[in-house]
Amino acid sequence: MVATFEPKSEYKVIGTRPIRHDGLDKVTGRAIYGADIKLPNMIWGTVLRSPHAHARIKSVDTSAAEAMDGVHAVVVNADLPKAENKMVDLGEGATNLKWAVDNILASDKVLYAGHAIAGVAAVDRYTAEEAARAIKVEYEVLPSATNVDDTIASDMPAILEEFVGSPGAEESGHANHVKEFVHEFGDPDEAFGGADHVIEAEFSLEMVHQGYIEPHNATAVWDEDGRLKIWTSTQGAFTVRQQVAAVLQMSESKIRVTPLEIGGGFGGKIPIYLEPVAAALSRKAGNVPVKMIMERRSVFEGSGPAAGGKINLKLGATKDGKLVAADSTLRMEAGAYPGSLVGASGMCIYACYNIPNMRITGYDVLVNKPKVAAYRAPGSPQVAFAIETLVDDLCEQAGFDKWQFRRDNAAKEGTRRGDGPIFPRIGMEEVLDAAKETDHWNSDIGEASPGRVRGRGFASGYWFNVGLQSSVNLSLNDDGTVELVEGSTDIGGTRASIAMQAAETLGITAEDVNPTVVDTDTVGFTAVTGGSRVTYATGYAAYNAAIEMIDKLKVRASRLWSIDEDDVQFEDGVFSSKSDPELSIGFKDLAGKLGDTGGPVTSTGSVDLEAAGGAYGTHICDLEIDPETGKTDVVRYTIVQDAGRAIHPSYVEGQMQGGAAQGIGWALNEEYYMSDDGVMANSSYLDYRMPTSLDLPSIETVIVEVPNPVHPYGVRGVGEVPIVPPVPAVGNAIKDAIGIRLREAPMNAGRIVAALDS
Amino acid sequence: MTTQVTPGPSRVHVRTTINGNSHEFLVPPYMSLLDTLREIVGLTGTKEGCLDGNCGACTVSLDGRIVDSCLVLGAEIDGKSVETVEGMATSEGLHPLQQAFLEEAALQCGICTPGFLVAAKGLLDNEPAPDEHRIRHWLAGNLCRCTGYDKIVRAVQKASAEMA
Ligand code: FES
Ligand code: FES
Repeated sequence: MVATFEPKSEYKVIGTRPIRHDGLDKVTGRAIYGADIKLPNMIWGTVLRSPHAHARIKSVDTSAAEAMDGVHAVVVNADLPKAENKMVDLGEGATNLKWAVDNILASDKVLYAGHAIAGVAAVDRYTAEEAARAIKVEYEVLPSATNVDDTIASDMPAILEEFVGSPGAEESGHANHVKEFVHEFGDPDEAFGGADHVIEAEFSLEMVHQGYIEPHNATAVWDEDGRLKIWTSTQGAFTVRQQVAAVLQMSESKIRVTPLEIGGGFGGKIPIYLEPVAAALSRKAGNVPVKMIMERRSVFEGSGPAAGGKINLKLGATKDGKLVAADSTLRMEAGAYPGSLVGASGMCIYACYNIPNMRITGYDVLVNKPKVAAYRAPGSPQVAFAIETLVDDLCEQAGFDKWQFRRDNAAKEGTRRGDGPIFPRIGMEEVLDAAKETDHWNSDIGEASPGRVRGRGFASGYWFNVGLQSSVNLSLNDDGTVELVEGSTDIGGTRASIAMQAAETLGITAEDVNPTVVDTDTVGFTAVTGGSRVTYATGYAAYNAAIEMIDKLKVRASRLWSIDEDDVQFEDGVFSSKSDPELSIGFKDLAGKLGDTGGPVTSTGSVDLEAAGGAYGTHICDLEIDPETGKTDVVRYTIVQDAGRAIHPSYVEGQMQGGAAQGIGWALNEEYYMSDDGVMANSSYLDYRMPTSLDLPSIETVIVEVPNPVHPYGVRGVGEVPIVPPVPAVGNAIKDAIGIRLREAPMNAGRIVAALDS
Repeated sequence: MTTQVTPGPSRVHVRTTINGNSHEFLVPPYMSLLDTLREIVGLTGTKEGCLDGNCGACTVSLDGRIVDSCLVLGAEIDGKSVETVEGMATSEGLHPLQQAFLEEAALQCGICTPGFLVAAKGLLDNEPAPDEHRIRHWLAGNLCRCTGYDKIVRAVQKASAEMA
């Protein structure tokens, strides 16, 4: 039975905006990020990568590199333990161990340009790079494909032999086209037959990258007793431990992973890339520490992007504005190994609406591009582009009001999500209502500059937000401050949001709690910082630990007063006797008396939570287009989002703004631009061109709070949903501005000019 | 046993001022200022994001001018003066920009923060009261992937008001 909580309207700490605990270190340059670590005798590693999108490796000759002055070690796939072709669970669902190892260092084939082939360790980074260039690889180049159509051409070979003749491939007709699922509910075919308005379209999106500013990095060293120590920037130290243990075929307890400060992840720093290479190099170089930093180009070419793909969607509505049927086929790029997250796309595509008859068919499509990783609400922005665009078009075709249609068909408590679960209390209706009340919604769009045109669009989006496992340890100092030890790496202020929940529970201030993120030896298992889960789940663990601390302190108070434990109560930071009003003592005063009442007080909290119930957002976008050049400027942007409860509103707003900025980049500009031979042609920040401060307006935020009943403070998780609505919101605004519907993202200047010309 | 000394051409002798302190060292002629600061001087507050002048995480001030330290050679700072994020706070306390970044929650992961702080200081040192567009224009060479820039711009505005 899941515990439920009555939300309070007023809190002392929650909802305030204290300065984050790690802030000082981060504004003074003192914070130690992954690349900042320096160990005695440390040497540097780098990776040689494939220039070809698809090729058989005929031979690798490392002798010239090994002979170079300053080079300590060179490793290839054969230096890693031989990986069986079997399924293993690496914490992110099952995967084939051979694929996992091959993605670290390729064995028989390279499957994408940028695929790692060899690692080199040398006295410094410059020497290591020189040596990597001296490695000779002989390739037999194979036909390659970098999109979901080309990859199933009859002359395109199977990217992974394992799928030849597999059940999914048989049905879909090509080994690169792996069918994942069909979700069906009601009778969509009959419902379409009875619908007054039916509309369908194909949407396509290009692969994009998370774009975190800090490149991947890892430092590894073996102890003489066979223990492996790793320092890295990761979203999950325990996940790194689990993956490295699988790849190196050793026990997890023989590995210590220390998560250093992390410079952004957005899902892309959940998989491992460099860690096993650094470990293999360290061993071969005589157990000295090896540090590796991925170059930016390799971050684009070799680390997990988000899937592009094609989405076919059909919607049916009655003439009185009821959405009655939906059917969709999702073909999402997995990259070179399975795992496009098409399953999540299937969960999200209809999640804003109550549609009684529906079908979703999902395909995981192998292409010669890097294996995709999670990217902020992975799989949801792509399908939001399809449904929020087509809903707008349906409304235009049928003459429905776009807001009213969405409101009338909005998902609510009891609605069935496309893949089956029934929604608990959710905030879709409240978010739509709040969007209509915003200043933005009620303001005129304003005058365009001469020669330009303006348009406004809006769109909504959903993300389910995970729960999972977290652990927190507390210890009480005699001045009444509390040390909080947690395993969730802090990417955007979660030390603060977790400490604040502990403080609220204990009746002390946020500053009285000192949060520390520690290594895998020092705290209980904690799942990744991802899935919008940290403030929800690790915050819940902190709450549990605080409750345990209060219970222990009640015992101490009872000893102090020689009364029965059950006679002690705790409220607003004060312990008192229920029966004797004279007896009361504040949290801090009692902390000073631990020595007299039984010694130190420590407590722990751990959780394993269900999904958080899901969050919704609606975004409103005004933009201005120069029809001559196609240049598009977002001139006003507002985000309305249900946060459940905003623990630290500034960081909630920050998540909303940051997610929207990424989504705007996705909508207008960002893409993997692939050359004909399958090489990413824009693998630098200059050419990939993420939004700068000059490209964006000030992003307005409205936090809606529909408390999550299964969290002590009502938290829902906020980090991911803000990247979901921007692509369709921007697309709908473009349609409003130029009267033409674009169904391919990015909706860049070239596509806008081409649309206007035709 | 392989050598522990970086192979290649001989070192360049550099005498320089970093955050007001004199430094003297030998640096390989091909080493970037970014790596020189991080690996030789030991100041890791200046960050690496791209190594090709397109993210601004490595921003430092060189004789009062804002530069991407990944595009400057360590050998080039001989006789010059470098300011990094580590030099912004004084014994009096934080620089108003640092304080404003904290108060306005202008950082999430914080990897871009040193670069933004040094760049913004370069702006306010010369133009104490820039408007929002000027701030956005000046900071366009610094990428932040976490914040959407809104809170960064507000923090710079706040610091500018405080310093007036
Ligand atoms: S590291 Fe110098 S600009 Fe990116
Ligand atoms: S705060 Fe993460 S890149 Fe700016």
